[in-house]
Amino acid sequence: MGRNGSHDVIITLVVSALLIWLLPLMISTYTLTVLVIYGMLGLSLGLIWGFGGILCFGQAAFFGLGAYTYAIAAINIGESTLPMVLAVLVPAVFAALLGAMMFYGRLTDVYLGVITLVVTLILFKFVNSTAGPQYVIGNARLGGFNGIPGFQTLNVPGDPSAYIWGDPYFYVCAIALVAVFLLVTWLLRSSFGRIAVGIRENEVRMGLMGYDIAARKTVLFAIGAAIAGLAGALFANWGEIVTPKLFSLGQSAEIIIWCIVGGLGTRFGPIVGAAGLAYLKFMLGQQSMIDNTLIMGLILVLFVVFLPRGLVPAVASLLNSIFGRTKRKPRPRRMRTARHG
Amino acid sequence: MDLSFVILVEVLYGVASLVLISAGLAVVFGMMKVINLAHGEFMMMGGYATITAVGLGVNVFVAMLVIAPLVVGLIGLIVERLVIRHLYGRLVDTMLATWGLSLVFIGLATMIFGNTTTGISTPIPGFAFGGYQVNGYNFFIIIVSIVLVIAMYAVLRGTRAGLIARGTMQRSNMAAALGYSPDRIYMMTFFCGSALSGLAGAVLAPLVGLVPTSGGAYIAKAFITVISGGPSLIAGLVSSATSFGLVSQFFTFAISPVIGEVALLIAAVVLLRTMPQGITGRFFKGKL
Amino acid sequence: MVETVLETSGLTMRFGGVTASDNVNFKLKARELRCLIGPNGAGKSTFFKCVTGLLTPTEGHVYMRGQEVTGWQPHQIASLGVGIKTQTPNVMDALSVHENVWLAARRFYNIAEARDRADAIIERLTLSAIARTQLGQLAHGERQRVELGIVAVADPWLVLLDEPAAGMSAQDVDRMTEIIHELTRFAAVVIVEHDMQFIRSIAQTVTVFHQGAVLMEDNVERVMSDPQVRAVYLGKKA
Repeated sequence: MGRNGSHDVIITLVVSALLIWLLPLMISTYTLTVLVIYGMLGLSLGLIWGFGGILCFGQAAFFGLGAYTYAIAAINIGESTLPMVLAVLVPAVFAALLGAMMFYGRLTDVYLGVITLVVTLILFKFVNSTAGPQYVIGNARLGGFNGIPGFQTLNVPGDPSAYIWGDPYFYVCAIALVAVFLLVTWLLRSSFGRIAVGIRENEVRMGLMGYDIAARKTVLFAIGAAIAGLAGALFANWGEIVTPKLFSLGQSAEIIIWCIVGGLGTRFGPIVGAAGLAYLKFMLGQQSMIDNTLIMGLILVLFVVFLPRGLVPAVASLLNSIFGRTKRKPRPRRMRTARHG
Repeated sequence: MDLSFVILVEVLYGVASLVLISAGLAVVFGMMKVINLAHGEFMMMGGYATITAVGLGVNVFVAMLVIAPLVVGLIGLIVERLVIRHLYGRLVDTMLATWGLSLVFIGLATMIFGNTTTGISTPIPGFAFGGYQVNGYNFFIIIVSIVLVIAMYAVLRGTRAGLIARGTMQRSNMAAALGYSPDRIYMMTFFCGSALSGLAGAVLAPLVGLVPTSGGAYIAKAFITVISGGPSLIAGLVSSATSFGLVSQFFTFAISPVIGEVALLIAAVVLLRTMPQGITGRFFKGKL
Repeated sequence: MVETVLETSGLTMRFGGVTASDNVNFKLKARELRCLIGPNGAGKSTFFKCVTGLLTPTEGHVYMRGQEVTGWQPHQIASLGVGIKTQTPNVMDALSVHENVWLAARRFYNIAEARDRADAIIERLTLSAIARTQLGQLAHGERQRVELGIVAVADPWLVLLDEPAAGMSAQDVDRMTEIIHELTRFAAVVIVEHDMQFIRSIAQTVTVFHQGAVLMEDNVERVMSDPQVRAVYLGKKA
């Protein structure tokens, strides 16, 4: 496994270096930055849903929480290093608490969906209603539906006046995504990741083997939230403002669409889905003939009905059949079939 | 005395509107184990159907109680034939597909009606009770909800279709074995559920300014109410609507409407955590 | 004096008004093989679920190696070194045979040792040829064997099997019998079973359940010839 692993790392590094070099020649780095951030957000849900079988309807909650944590901490601290760390930790702790409550209550499927959705709504409604001057954390006014503008953006650690923006910021985000991707790869190859996949496949069996399902799901859920929080903080830096829209159900829906379109149970799928669809949306935003939402909705419906495995697995098995390598059969999509009783 | 009457009406209204919002979703979920996340958009379309019909000179009550349910019911039928029927038995996939549909409908409504707020005036005037102004339309909503619950009960208890429906709810393969085509039962159910959603959207339309994204406000509440209700259709609907209505109205009076909404959501989380099978999974077992 | 590895006292489980398990006192010694039999609804499976932690008994206690485990979660009980197989095949269909068995071993051993143990038991179960095949593509008998491998890979001292021979071919049953005998060299084994043929071939002591309670507990031949047991199985009043 060790040799195989380093092989994978080298390929990942070479491919991503190529992409980081080539893509800015075609698309502006400003747009690319947000695509990269969305890719990371997609990967966060892809990890817990595709490999852990946890369908979270509220991944946007952790994204928004990361962004808000960063903004509030940056206003109060004035230097970006600690706020970045907090933006990862706060969503992770929040997810750990929420996850523990859900998983130790043995909630699954729809019920998990309801609770994550509801928690997102609570955050959205709450933050939306904090327009009044009494809602402050330290020096930061929450600002309700107007959001929080004007916080310290990313700087070179230790030097608050050396801002990182423009092209360099794109490279920071891209490298962060590569790092997260490698981390996820490592995690999935580790015992923890293999056990997580086992739990996705059959919770009861894994429990009878002696694994504490609730604890493991909680940890995985928190890791997913930490990645989403990091994406949120990067997004806050990119947009230079955070608004309650980050918590919205629409945002959650989009993350789910990315995963479905890209392909669950793969690491690339959610990233490709996120970047691809976000770019498509960006292109569509420049015309006004057909409504944007309509197209996104249509894409989701078509994929669920006709290509429920998603693009990346479909393309992979297509390539396999062309080149005659039928060694690995595509895995049946089990984690999404209903286990409702 | 006057105040307590007003509060009573408000609480009843809170419960009644939850029943109304959730009925369509409850029928579809109870019978078919399908969560229709486009439910909110079905309500939105019910509202637009009403406003359009009224604009064409139709009597407002006819528009609300007849035209809107029929129009939305038909849309539901088309959706069922085109999308849902491919996904039976795949709970999560139907949720995702209907979520996609909801986006499609929002997009369509935006293209047709524009992204602006429209509305119709309340057809029933308010009146003064003691020192308080009471919204007369609230009574209408309470009455519609009560009639709706009684009608659902009567249909399920008293008619042949209701008997088949109850059989399907209990054990769908058994109903199929007895010679009732599950395909047709599901089609009819989805039509009825959609029509109920349309009715709810139409009846509530005069109280809200309608925008293409209005559905989002309903779906979460409906979703929560239905799931928390548990396996029994009517008992679940009424009991969870009552619990949530009480909680949310209490906090609305005590603090503010926003806190009322948040309290409702928190109540749902607590309830599902303590009773993962919903209220009727533990109480009122075996009721309708 | 042989150690008692599993003991229940006054174990009772009620569902609403139905008493599925009624005041069961049960004792199992180390390396003993015991079959639980009884007609449908006799309470064997309920008893099994109470012992494995899948159900929490209404009353009574469960002890394993002298430690009270009443109301524990299945994963806590399994962590003691108890191998459990439920009635329906419970395996990870999308994973390979090796991955399935490895996951079970990994709970108790480090990565390398888990791999060696998985290899060894796959060899012993003559599954080597299909070690890299996904379980979803295997026949029922093979899947049952894999699950037995999952149960046995970590050298449990107590093995609880719910209907291990259900739906298997005669050849598979023979192999299963062999494996179970091998297990009893180190572990106590409890088997819930319907199949009389299988029980005769494997058991020495049999506990008969009837209407939630223990009807009798004796040598297999004596149990089989007991008129009361026969009556219970044929559904007559004793």
